[in-house]
Amino acid sequence: MKGQVFAITLVVMSGVATFIMFISTMDSLNLTRNTFYRDYGFADVFVNLKRAPESLKEKLKNVPGVNQVETRVSAYVKLDIGGFNEPVTARILSIPDDGKPLLNRLYIRKGRLADPAKDNEVVINENFAMAHGFGPGDQFAAVINGKWKKLTITGIALSPEFVLLMRPDAISPDFKRFGILWMGRKALSKSYNMDGAFNDVVLTLYPDAKLSDVLAELDNIVERYGGFGAYGRKDQISHRMLNEEFRQLQKSSKIFPTIFICVAAFLLNVVMSRTINTQREQIAALKAFGYNNTDVGIHYAKLVILILFAGLVLGIAGGIWFGKMLGAIYMEVYRFPYLIYILHNWVIIAAILISIASALAGTLHSLWRAARQQPAEAMRPEPPARYRVTLIEKIGIGRWLTQPSRIILRNIERKPVRTFLSILGIAAACATMISSGFFKDSVAYMINVQFILSQKEDMTVSFAEPTSRRAIYELKGLEGVNSAEPFRTVPARFRFGHRSYKTAINGIEPDSRLHLLLDNDFKPLSLPPSGIVLTDYLGKMLGVKAGDMLTVEVLEGSKPVREILVSALVKQYLGVTGYMDIKALNRIMGEGSAISGAYLATDSMFREKLYQRFVKMARVSGTVVRGDEIRNFNEIQARAMLFFTFIATLMACFISFGVVYNSARIALSERSRELSSLRVLGYTRGEISYILLGELGLLTLIAIPFGFIIGYWLCGYIAQALASDLFRVPLIIELKTYSLSAAVIFVSAAVSSLIVRHKLDHLDLVEVLKTRE
Amino acid sequence: MIDKEEETHNTRDVVFQVRDLTKIYKMGEVEVHALRGADLELYSGEIVVFLGPSGSGKSTLLNILGGLDTATSGSVSYRGKDLTNASEQELTEYRRYHVGFVFQFYNLIPSLTARENVEVVTEIAENPMVPEDALAIVGLTERLDHFPAQLSGGEQQRVAIARAISKNPEVLLCDEPTGALDSKTGIVVLEALERINRELGTATAIITHNADIAGMADRVIYLSNGIISEVKTNTVKKAPGELKW
Repeated sequence: MKGQVFAITLVVMSGVATFIMFISTMDSLNLTRNTFYRDYGFADVFVNLKRAPESLKEKLKNVPGVNQVETRVSAYVKLDIGGFNEPVTARILSIPDDGKPLLNRLYIRKGRLADPAKDNEVVINENFAMAHGFGPGDQFAAVINGKWKKLTITGIALSPEFVLLMRPDAISPDFKRFGILWMGRKALSKSYNMDGAFNDVVLTLYPDAKLSDVLAELDNIVERYGGFGAYGRKDQISHRMLNEEFRQLQKSSKIFPTIFICVAAFLLNVVMSRTINTQREQIAALKAFGYNNTDVGIHYAKLVILILFAGLVLGIAGGIWFGKMLGAIYMEVYRFPYLIYILHNWVIIAAILISIASALAGTLHSLWRAARQQPAEAMRPEPPARYRVTLIEKIGIGRWLTQPSRIILRNIERKPVRTFLSILGIAAACATMISSGFFKDSVAYMINVQFILSQKEDMTVSFAEPTSRRAIYELKGLEGVNSAEPFRTVPARFRFGHRSYKTAINGIEPDSRLHLLLDNDFKPLSLPPSGIVLTDYLGKMLGVKAGDMLTVEVLEGSKPVREILVSALVKQYLGVTGYMDIKALNRIMGEGSAISGAYLATDSMFREKLYQRFVKMARVSGTVVRGDEIRNFNEIQARAMLFFTFIATLMACFISFGVVYNSARIALSERSRELSSLRVLGYTRGEISYILLGELGLLTLIAIPFGFIIGYWLCGYIAQALASDLFRVPLIIELKTYSLSAAVIFVSAAVSSLIVRHKLDHLDLVEVLKTRE
Repeated sequence: MIDKEEETHNTRDVVFQVRDLTKIYKMGEVEVHALRGADLELYSGEIVVFLGPSGSGKSTLLNILGGLDTATSGSVSYRGKDLTNASEQELTEYRRYHVGFVFQFYNLIPSLTARENVEVVTEIAENPMVPEDALAIVGLTERLDHFPAQLSGGEQQRVAIARAISKNPEVLLCDEPTGALDSKTGIVVLEALERINRELGTATAIITHNADIAGMADRVIYLSNGIISEVKTNTVKKAPGELKW
């Protein structure tokens, strides 16, 4: 039973390890986040506005429920980093002149805070510093309110506000091309003419405060100062992304361990049934000596727990190891000053209890059967097994089958439940493999749809302020720009019935050739002259269909509120937005032909020159290059993907090895007499191997299409579970993923078979003939 | 008497020739001498009964004759071919084409019907019988499509005999063929063996510890303690129906 216990150990270990890995990583990140939030005063509410006098602070403080208030100056700046010829932008934030922010305090990793009076000193965030190899004392340039300025780094910092740092509208974190700078309030205010004023507020609330009431009141107060809408933590991007990550970990902690535990329970069931069957006589003897059913039951339950023991110990150790590894991978993207690894006792206890309970549940039936037997009955050998002619033979192919093939078919049919569960087990292994490949496939597909079919621009230029449409001509005139199309983006809140969602309206050219909207069949959709088009997922969130009237509250300028017809829903995997004809949006805003920026198609030869140009153009606040964005996205994805693929492959191999090897060993033990008889009759080793391994091959062959179906279903479930307004994962599984999964299963089945084949070659013919089953 | 025996044997072909056959098993730390230098010949067409108590070495002898086991020393040849130094592959081939086995516990394949159990052998044999004919010889024409679980012990043993003879073997080796059967059923099985020997001329070696069966043999070979203690030729053979135990 050594080999079988080993196989079960692997499966139990995988289940326990994944369970502990996911839960401990989630708990650790959660604890780390909460500790960091608490120790560094993460704000509860965030408000951006155009400009308000410092005196407004008192008024904000008096809003019922508000505890602490801190005003800040915030702006987006372009950076000019020597030796890095790609556009880089940053958000620059003020820190109070006393150097001690009340909220969102900085954890200084290296160096010191900036001198509040000096407008050439900044603290930068750690990811950004690491991406560029910056340390205190290093210098780079920034265009601050139109003025090119050399900045010196005084410190490297982390903030609870930017645990995950992402440029607004970006598809993934990009530490090279987006950073956070902190500068003294006095110096920054001077640069932006914000003396005695602010344009950014962060607040904390009392525990009993009602968030929606506070937000409404704050919006009310800052409205006439150009407020863009207050929002709570749950809409703060860094916090949101962390929450999404926790949600994924939580789902994963349920799905994968469940698969393993079920497989382990099944394997234990098979092994225990067999063990009990061969020990009928011992059981009978024990009972004849006066042991009762409970004693016998406990004896075997102990055996089950003993078998589980190694798996549990290794699983707990492996789970901690993997958990720390996964935590480290998260830490590359999510910046905490430290990671507090925590494994709650209850997680270990739960893992142990769940494993034992499901293992016992899996073996209960055979235990019960053993306990029920009368001693006298148990001492007699089991009657010969009953077989039938299988259905498959009856339908006509029977004549063509050799006897060994018949043996295979009839054995499979005689134990339909076990056969079914074996198939299910191998299929689960295959499905696990598919689910790991699925991410790669769907992300590639998502990128393709988003950037090859839909957003064809290779560069996006944003203006600091809404600008006249004439600026387009200036851009078009630049060397290297093949075409340019304007866009206008305004923040807005959409309401439908009792549901609302805050996002943006993107006004684009109705016959845009760079920025296409796609219908469900990925065909370009032309924008109607009036009416609004929503991302399909936004429509789902709001419960809106094409043809409904949507209430649109613009959160910029004169803040118009309009009822607008939803003319269509469009396919989009990243983010959620409303789209309008740019002219229609301009009309609603009552602003003439203003634009927020432009999409460009450029000549790659001139691209570097263009960045340089844009850095110097005062009205350009930022430039994004599509190619950089995609490359960065792939890099960030790749590392995490590699880890998950590695884990999934390992686990899938363990499952399929566990199932196939166990089936083979059980079959060998049940049929060694039969196989020996055939050897005596002159069958070769190869011929009897065919009977045993052919059966497993057949099961594997049947299991793989099932695995494809279960895998597809599992991926569908994962895709659905992960869908959020940030991104939707399309259910795309490439042929490559299917074939790789099938190959992994076949190889691990083949390896298990080889091990069993080795045993088969050493059957003791004489020994087997002497014994009666 | 001895002269007559010599004369009879010289006129017949030798199937097996065994010389100074020794077999030592290692059971843990103990060495068991199962055979201690046995010498014998087996001739075509005869029925030989090996008689001896358990542990006398008769099963070991049969296993070595059948190519299931190898000797520690000495030699065994089958039709002049040496089995002692045969490779695993050669032994498999030998069992496949030349020897029929009948065991105490039948060793049928439970998932195959009577007919299919015979076909297991006819499918791989060089010059097989029609499976139905083999089953007819043992009187099981009516039970062709029954599975082992649906047959009585005697019927199962007769299927095993049909399977053993269906390849038209040179020699039939039977290890306690009636050991698991009551006497009435045992006699039916022995009748089948006798009939096959008579009609097909297959040399038949029967191992038993039941002395009464010796009556149907041409020769009776007594084994005790790993050596052949006596060889007796029956001048009058009994029909299995006349046997009693």
